[in-house]
Amino acid sequence: MLSAFPSRFCFALGVLTAALLVATPLQAQDQLRGDAPDDWLIQDATVLTVTDGTIENGDILVRDGDIAQVGRDLSAPSGVETYDASGEYVMPGIVEAHQHMAISNVNEATNPVTAEVGVGDVLTPYDVGIYRALAGGVTTAHVMHGSANPIGGRNETIKLRYGVTNPDRLQMDDAPRTIKFALGENPTGLYGQGRDQVPRTRMGVEQVIRTALTKAQRYTEAKQAYQSGDRARPPAHSERMEVLAGVLRGDILVQTHGYRADEMLMLMDVFEDFGIQDLVFHHANEGFKIAPELAAFGDNGAGATVFSDWWSYKFEVYYSTAYNAAVLTENGVNASINSDIPGEQRDLYLQAAKTQRYGDLSATQALRLITLNPARQLGIADRVGSIEEGKAADLAIFSEHPLSVYTKPQRTYVDGVVRFDHEQDPDDMRLRVDPEGTVALARDGWSRHAAHSCLKGVTQLRATKNGVTLENTGR
Amino acid sequence: MLSPSRPRPLSVSAGLTLLVALLLTLPAHAQKQPGYQGPFALTNAQVIVAPGDTLDRGTVVVQGDSIAAVGPDVSVPSDAQAFDLSGQRVYPGFIDSGTHLGLAEIGSLPETQDFNEVGNLTAHMNALAAVNPSTVHVPTTRVHGITSVITEPENGILPGTSALIGLHGYTPEQMHLGDVTLTKLNFPSVGRQGPSDDRSPETIQTEAEKALSKLNELWSEAKRYARIDSAVAEQPEARRQPEFVPAMEGLLPVIRGEQPLMISANAAADISTALDWAEERGVLDQVILSGALEGWRVADEIATADVPVLVGSIMQPPSRESDRYDKAYRTPALLHDAGVTVALRSGKTENVRNLVFHAGFAAAHGLGKTEALRAITTNPARIFGVADQVGTIEAGKRANLFVANGDPLQPATDVQHLFIDGYKLPLENRATKLYDEFLNRNPGLTK
Repeated sequence: MLSAFPSRFCFALGVLTAALLVATPLQAQDQLRGDAPDDWLIQDATVLTVTDGTIENGDILVRDGDIAQVGRDLSAPSGVETYDASGEYVMPGIVEAHQHMAISNVNEATNPVTAEVGVGDVLTPYDVGIYRALAGGVTTAHVMHGSANPIGGRNETIKLRYGVTNPDRLQMDDAPRTIKFALGENPTGLYGQGRDQVPRTRMGVEQVIRTALTKAQRYTEAKQAYQSGDRARPPAHSERMEVLAGVLRGDILVQTHGYRADEMLMLMDVFEDFGIQDLVFHHANEGFKIAPELAAFGDNGAGATVFSDWWSYKFEVYYSTAYNAAVLTENGVNASINSDIPGEQRDLYLQAAKTQRYGDLSATQALRLITLNPARQLGIADRVGSIEEGKAADLAIFSEHPLSVYTKPQRTYVDGVVRFDHEQDPDDMRLRVDPEGTVALARDGWSRHAAHSCLKGVTQLRATKNGVTLENTGR
Repeated sequence: MLSPSRPRPLSVSAGLTLLVALLLTLPAHAQKQPGYQGPFALTNAQVIVAPGDTLDRGTVVVQGDSIAAVGPDVSVPSDAQAFDLSGQRVYPGFIDSGTHLGLAEIGSLPETQDFNEVGNLTAHMNALAAVNPSTVHVPTTRVHGITSVITEPENGILPGTSALIGLHGYTPEQMHLGDVTLTKLNFPSVGRQGPSDDRSPETIQTEAEKALSKLNELWSEAKRYARIDSAVAEQPEARRQPEFVPAMEGLLPVIRGEQPLMISANAAADISTALDWAEERGVLDQVILSGALEGWRVADEIATADVPVLVGSIMQPPSRESDRYDKAYRTPALLHDAGVTVALRSGKTENVRNLVFHAGFAAAHGLGKTEALRAITTNPARIFGVADQVGTIEAGKRANLFVANGDPLQPATDVQHLFIDGYKLPLENRATKLYDEFLNRNPGLTK
């Protein structure tokens, strides 16, 4: 098309574009909220702090994106905008412990151990799923490598600053690094059944992990020996080993996909042998069976982030109970609820509410499952997860109590910036239009057709939320 | 928490003897009772006779498989097991208008899935034939007040018939409700089949056109088959039977106008095409639209066609990235506002129980609580032609009802009692049993 224009026009257009970019660097970085304020006084709300009770007619003062004050009858300093939240409920921004949105690749399914890769390198700030999560009160998400490999890649903890176009600006400053491990049917199906390669069994998964950690130990020892002069040359540099050495040191938190009780016990044994303390199990549908063991692991217990009520989509989740989160909580396990699949990140408040039916958890216990508890699992509870002075002003405002099925998100603040406002919510919130995406989706049942994000990028398997079907093995 | 089934009151001495015998011979966990019929009297309850018609304090009497009486001053039969339900509510059983319940056990294991037959034209397949009455999913569904569901075949253009089943019974025949059988048509789609469908727009268009001409060809053949079949029936001696074609045989009831045609379509263009298609073939008055994720885009067309819609699942992202985040939640309301009769479908297998939360979201997003309740009670009952049997709490109807301690669409509410065809059913299920065993596991950490 452009070639049809006179070249002078093209030149002029180029100059204009360049001028715009120079003149508005902030807007180029943030297409939606470049100059939005991060100072607010939110007034007359029911404030669900989750750590310090509920404040009726409460106010929250936000300065420079942080919570400056929580209380009653606060007054707005000059220049601070107010939001009248009377009749509404404010809860801490929801922390999603397991998601695969906002990344363009999920699985480096080429080797049972791929600790060297990380999804932080493939963040896609244009994913409209980020906005839809905000429209469900989510402010922080742990976007994860998939579950193809017993030791997968590193994950990334992001703040949902939808509107920024620089991927780095999604990253949460100072969030600890985390890595994905995976047990059970996904790795054994992919490698054993799909490729006739170890691991085909849960025995194999254990040995893949033990072997990798042992190599990392040797690697660390060799480096130390070189540094202390006991060895002439350093070991050949390996990014994979560097990352696993970080796991052994406790610098990188392990987040493990696993469903069955036996495989979770297995990994806890392995980690005890290697002195690894930080462990969160993801999905953990059979976590309820070993709640005492999870609570007793290491110095702080092993965490579990689970689905509210998903089950029966594959054999390893057949013996499941929707009471899982409640059993874990009542047994002292730090439990959270996550949504995993892009598209499902929008109603975590409903998923948390189900624990009031399944196990009679209190409202605060239920809300913690999607706020403080996942924040603790990700090592970011000093910054997010509750409404406390000094924490980031990540806040979700609802029309009714967030655990009511009739509630509707009104506003979502990330670092004090309004990133979702139901009153200013045009239909099309895309930051970039995909010309191939103009064909309407015609899903008849999202769940049946949605790619199981945990196995995305795995060509040998036809993977849906309902499970995995082998395509190339004649089954 | 869901309570275990209450033991039946011991009004009959034979029952007492039996129970004592059971107590002596069985370990404690084996005392759970299967479903049993009344008579029952549910007294002092708030009775939701129908959505929008509430009796503040009344009694419901259940006799055999039916509701014998309902009202503020109903006398309680002397032999009835009575429940004082002060502060509790009685609701008509909920209906899910589209599931795979009973047709699949474990999602990843094809040998446990019976809704996908091979081929594009398998109209002679009947979902009812493959329903497993003992699936572990049925008891987990009932505890949310859901007493009947449509269960459907899936694969191909004409995958077979769907059936309305009640969620109690030991054979598919016992479960089949009102003989409701619907021929299913997956209308060829010009939309993507999901986020992982990476076909080019051209490929999608070409394949849809090919599928549509295939459908048209099949339909013409089926009509010819039906004409020949009728002619033979009129003059059996004079005419020869046509060659038996099972799929054509399967289409006879719908071709002859005797059976509803459930058309599954979600993209706006597909819905429009499907309505035109049905009108051209003279079957529009048999059509029930299913899915309709983008129905709001063509709501007026659907209203004009006077076609009822089974909407859902609404708990999914909008069909297009450019649509407002809540469009799927709002679809039932937008259709209702246009004058369309709306029922809700979860589209689920193991989590049909979540239908109540789908209804809650539909209510919050414009439909309102009363209409949301209608979408899972009276509306599907009318659409499927069984409004004389289910959908409300009225004398003479099947006793499909449940007792809740609050609004059954709210997550925190518990269902306390549940009746299907007059059977008071236990509320245990896999989820509750595992909870009971593992909440305080014994031994704990050490033996």
